[in-house]
Amino acid sequence: MPRFALVLTAIMLAIAIAPRAMPGPHSALAQTADGTMAVVTEPAAPAPSAPGPLQAVLQANADAIAKPSRTTVDTVIAALLESNAPGAATFLAQWRDRGVVQRKADGLFFYGVETADGFSLTDPDTGKNTGNAAKADVTQLRPNSGVRGVLSSALVQFQLADPDIAVRESALIAIERGAEASQLEPLRASIEAESDAGLKARKTRLERLLTIQFDPSAEARIAAIESFAGDISVDVRAALNPLVATTPKAFAEVPAGTNVARALAPGGDIPLDDAYGLLVTAGLAQAAPTLAEMRAALIANRADGAVAGVPVAALGSQAARMDAYARLAAAGTVPPPVTEDAKRAALATVSIVAVYNEPDANVTAAAEATLASISRSLALNQTLDLALDALSLASIYFLAAIGLAITFGVMRVINMAHGEFIMIGAYTGYVVQQFITDYTLSILVALPLAFFIAALAGVAMERLVIRHLARRPLETLLATFGISIALQQIAKNIFGTQARPLTAPAWLDGAWVVNDVVSISTIRIAIFVLALIFLALLLFILARTRLGLEVRAVTQNPAMASSMGINPDRINMLTFGLGSGIAGIAGVAIGLFAKVTSDLGSGYIVQSFMTVVVGGVGNIWGTLAGASMIGSLQKVIEFFNPSNTLAAQTYMIIFIIIFIQFRPKGIIALKGRAAGD
Amino acid sequence: MADAKMADSALPGFTHQPLWKRNPSVLVFTGLLAVFTLVITVLSEGLGLGLVSTSFVKILGMTLCLCLAAIAMDLVWGYCGILSLGHFAFFGLGGYLIGMWLMYARTEDIVIASLAGAELPPTAQEIRDAIGTQIFGVVGGSEIPLVWSFAHSLPIQLALVVLVPGLLALVFGWLAFRSRVTGVYLSILTQAMTLALSLYLFQNDSGLRGNNGLSGLQNLPGLDDVPQSVVSVWFFIASAVALGLGYWLAAFLVSGKFGNIIRAIRDDETRIRFLGYDVEGYKLVVFTLTAIIAALAGALYYPQAGIINPAEIAPIASIYLAVWVAIGGRGRLYGAVIGAAVVSLLSSWFTGGQAPSVPLGFYTIDWVDWWQVLLGFGFVAVTLFAPNGLGGLVDRLVRKGDGR
Repeated sequence: MPRFALVLTAIMLAIAIAPRAMPGPHSALAQTADGTMAVVTEPAAPAPSAPGPLQAVLQANADAIAKPSRTTVDTVIAALLESNAPGAATFLAQWRDRGVVQRKADGLFFYGVETADGFSLTDPDTGKNTGNAAKADVTQLRPNSGVRGVLSSALVQFQLADPDIAVRESALIAIERGAEASQLEPLRASIEAESDAGLKARKTRLERLLTIQFDPSAEARIAAIESFAGDISVDVRAALNPLVATTPKAFAEVPAGTNVARALAPGGDIPLDDAYGLLVTAGLAQAAPTLAEMRAALIANRADGAVAGVPVAALGSQAARMDAYARLAAAGTVPPPVTEDAKRAALATVSIVAVYNEPDANVTAAAEATLASISRSLALNQTLDLALDALSLASIYFLAAIGLAITFGVMRVINMAHGEFIMIGAYTGYVVQQFITDYTLSILVALPLAFFIAALAGVAMERLVIRHLARRPLETLLATFGISIALQQIAKNIFGTQARPLTAPAWLDGAWVVNDVVSISTIRIAIFVLALIFLALLLFILARTRLGLEVRAVTQNPAMASSMGINPDRINMLTFGLGSGIAGIAGVAIGLFAKVTSDLGSGYIVQSFMTVVVGGVGNIWGTLAGASMIGSLQKVIEFFNPSNTLAAQTYMIIFIIIFIQFRPKGIIALKGRAAGD
Repeated sequence: MADAKMADSALPGFTHQPLWKRNPSVLVFTGLLAVFTLVITVLSEGLGLGLVSTSFVKILGMTLCLCLAAIAMDLVWGYCGILSLGHFAFFGLGGYLIGMWLMYARTEDIVIASLAGAELPPTAQEIRDAIGTQIFGVVGGSEIPLVWSFAHSLPIQLALVVLVPGLLALVFGWLAFRSRVTGVYLSILTQAMTLALSLYLFQNDSGLRGNNGLSGLQNLPGLDDVPQSVVSVWFFIASAVALGLGYWLAAFLVSGKFGNIIRAIRDDETRIRFLGYDVEGYKLVVFTLTAIIAALAGALYYPQAGIINPAEIAPIASIYLAVWVAIGGRGRLYGAVIGAAVVSLLSSWFTGGQAPSVPLGFYTIDWVDWWQVLLGFGFVAVTLFAPNGLGGLVDRLVRKGDGR
């Protein structure tokens, strides 16, 4: 324990050098020099050695230190600051942490570390151990929590000028979290000597923020407010919004100098009853009994089965109750009721205004102006953020739907099991992670494996089922639905109903943050890139390879393609494999940000259909357009109704149904003979 | 059934031959249904010997409603070729609309009873507030939403059971058919409509209690003294009558000229259009009419089920409806009935845990887990190997279809 204490003290000492290096504000230097001189020339207290400068200041305030209270602690701190004695910060920290003891014999203060039988004492000036003291010989100082709070905030200013950048930064963060008026001056003082450019910028910014809140000079505040024009950071808005906060008040005549934001119309801007309540609070009107109070009054005044002559049994309507209450009021038993008209009349004679909580009109005007410029900038950035979100969602829909679009284009069948191929891909990723624990490697293995397994399942389904239902698209739809429910249940039986994690590698964690508004998670960027890769790959396959040529031929006219020597069966099978394989890849991508469950795919299937239908069949660009449109549409609707993603989907589907009215063949319609069927 | 006979002679294109002569299956079906209803009623707990439990009577009654919905599905898909994946949404909508009255009226009874002991007789507003709190407290509200404006009135709400799904089908069908959305496109579009509706109902502020749905529907307002065993039989008989009427109506529709045209639309829409028929009009009539039949079936089903929530309307339910019809055999009315009855009863038997597990030595097949797999693959098998479904087997036995 003692060794630990020594180390601790040494660290504290190192910290305590800081205040000396700190250039004091304004004339403090001269005063400090004088003060130090005075202290030194003062007769030394009876002690084994002459007290250091710190001990001298402490002794001068001995009573206030020994029995601190919130009122006296400020003078102690001020004295310590003024003395500029080395180790003042350490002392404050030790004092706060109950590490200071006072020796009863001579009243000197020491840092005391509790040992088995007493305290190990350290001289606050020299930092040297001065031996041990029995518990009975010293008094441990135990400042209460109020005092400790004051000490903590006082310490911040020492920390702001600390040579250790980590200490300075943590002090800055402490102020950013919860600022106090007292911190403004020390913060200002510490800016000039700040050596780190980044920290200096933060300090300057924080100084402006604190100026807005705490500076006594209105000009300084306005200048600080105006300097933030167009700044969309959350902290700026948090500092400005309280300035423009208003309270509704009622005045017979608005007193001069009241910082009025705007007049409020009772019944419009403010509910009638609330406005009347303000009137009552302001002492301008008599309180109106509420419905519940009237009811209670009626109940309290029942006599012989009647209230004021009205039988209780007749009080089953509001009109009858009002009547009975009016009679009670006429008899003087209860306060008179106030009718709506009376309330309106009373309100007509007074002004109901929203009054700024901030009294200075210039400050509020500047704050309103700055907030207006911020909201413009904010709208721009929110649009940007929305665009990023929409892009990300569009890329997910694109990955999920492109396989469907290809198979639909070539074979004219809707594969209801497409969602289950997505699920197969996601579970493949999960299973691979059970064997390969390195997440990066496992994703790299899972992607091709998911493609392969889903493609295999797709080819099997095409050969076993879909081929035999050629030219019966509705039956195919239902048969693939049968496969879909069977596959879902099989997955449920194998993996259970609980969600399985598919963990993204560490380099995909985190987000790309532009500012407080615009940010996007790295996984979504990766999915966007993946979608781009597959877009490029598919474009290449379709436009530049033999397979692509044949696929396009079958898409446009299967019979003609067949007579030109293309084997449609082979093309169908390969297309189906390709489409299903991409669904598998999409499954891995989706699994990275959503939990892997057996109904993972069915959540995307309708959106995928919509994407294909809206985009137009048999065209990659069409799918891209469809995915972009549906993705952005969903995000835009969500933006207007953020609390309710369900409503967003409802409105989106309704929009799509209407859209189909105008472009039944989708955004990019297939031309030629094939378009007819 | 007399109604159907009277209506016969009034319609054009009628061959002046009674329906049952042209389509004897109607008589067979009606007879079988009547006998079945009679037997179950006699065996029931509520009115008869007590050999059939109340819960089973309810299951049978619900199955009859599903059969009626399947007939609607068969009309629209099997006869008219529109694979609608939205008819179970109409079914659910019917349930919601009748459920609103059941829930409101019963809550009103309870509230009035509980306020009877209050110190002052309650005002209309107080009763309304109490009902609002009682019904919507679960979604954090107490206001009675606008959609409940008529919930106090049974006649209006019954009219809405027909009007709301009918109008929805009319508007949706008009939009879809006029822009010539056909085939799988139409299926996807109807599925989207179903999804939109169910997602909308899932919201707490939809005014229909979000995912809690409506509950306590098995209790008929004002009939607290009648035991459930009797109520269940009433509903069972009502469902049977509805099914019988629906079957007659459907059989009548498909037997005349109307039936010929919609079948022709199914087989070659373009040709019928070139022959001068208003294809969109016929489709719209079939779509809307079947939506109403489905809604009525739902309005009979949910008081027996006792609870309805948005999950019932999910797109998958509509697909199941199509699956039943496909398994039963499209284009035959009795096929739809057989499909719905067999599959839904089998489904409740398998998922109810009564089906014996199959030990394979290394693995035991527990049907609660594997029924869906069996159903899925069984469905694929039916589509591949028996395109005419179970009804096709009946055809082979009788050697006389219903004109297909």
